[in-house]
Amino acid sequence: MSGAGPRENVFATRMALTNMKLRLKGAETGHSLLAKKRDALTTRFRAILRKVDEAKRKMGRVMQLASFSMAEVTYATGDISYLVQEQAKLATFRVKATQENVSGVLLPAFEVDRVPGSDFNLTGLGRGGQQVLRAKEVYAKALETLVELASLQTAFTILDEVIRATNRRVNAIEHVIIPRLENTIKYIISELDEMDREEFFRLKKVQGKKKREAAGAAERKAITDAVEVLQVRETEPRNDPRDATADLLKSNDEDVIF
Amino acid sequence: MAAHMSFKDRNLLAVIGDEDSITGLLLAGIGHVNEHQKKNFLIVDSKTQISTIEAAFQEFTERKDVAILLINQHIAEKIRPTVDRYQQAFPTLLEIPSKDHAYDPEKDSVLKRVHKLFGE
Repeated sequence: MSGAGPRENVFATRMALTNMKLRLKGAETGHSLLAKKRDALTTRFRAILRKVDEAKRKMGRVMQLASFSMAEVTYATGDISYLVQEQAKLATFRVKATQENVSGVLLPAFEVDRVPGSDFNLTGLGRGGQQVLRAKEVYAKALETLVELASLQTAFTILDEVIRATNRRVNAIEHVIIPRLENTIKYIISELDEMDREEFFRLKKVQGKKKREAAGAAERKAITDAVEVLQVRETEPRNDPRDATADLLKSNDEDVIF
Repeated sequence: MAAHMSFKDRNLLAVIGDEDSITGLLLAGIGHVNEHQKKNFLIVDSKTQISTIEAAFQEFTERKDVAILLINQHIAEKIRPTVDRYQQAFPTLLEIPSKDHAYDPEKDSVLKRVHKLFGE
């Protein structure tokens, strides 16, 4: 989105301006909080990453050991795979999932959950009984490592998703929401300024008109007054006997009440 | 994110592997047969079809009671594209070595993604 880009469609009033300013403040706070969350998650992510790498390599070694013990068993007892497969009915080795809260994200963790069940009848295995038991323990240990690794890996996958989503939100606020709000605020301010200017202009015009009208009225009044004065002076009775009677009516003498 | 709620019921481990790995793991006690007679493990040998492996993979990843899916690395190689496309959080996919094939971190799909993210 370029600079003076889209803005929201609002009526340019002072209330709208206050609203927009509040929202802008909210958006900026939200942005900084989300950026912090993202950074905290990324740190945690890197730590887990390192652990995952280590755990995988350890697992490689552990499984190798387990295979050796299995080979010993086969050597001592012969092939027990068929027997073992037939006897697998209910899992005695299970996992329980618990949730951990890591800076707002619920991450699962697996723990080994041994369920008491049908442990193998070691009948039919002859001399290799002890080897078999030992192999069983080695594999159980290996499985524990695997379960830990699985927890780390799940945490890793979920964190990855959450970091991506948070990043998207941060970017959205930074590049879309905040510019829009800023553009809207600029627009409202410019509209209000223009309305002020119009008001001012209108006021000045009206004042001017009023002044001109007042001035005009004053002038006319002055003229009418002057005319009246002149008229009165003309019609005033002069001390001239010839005109006395004729002008009695015209004079504005109060005592003459015709 | 919706998977978070469902993992409370997940408590089994599933395995796709060769006979020796499966035997050992079953010995430790992860074997399970549910009420539909479905096992949680698939034995893969040189004669197994890739489609069978893929089908089992799909099935295990869609089951609601499987928390972790273990797969031998050399078998994962056979269905590498499917494995690489796997992005779900549950069940967790773990590649384990087998007796004949040692663990190769270069081929692990999760580690590959990790390295891609960080360019290490």
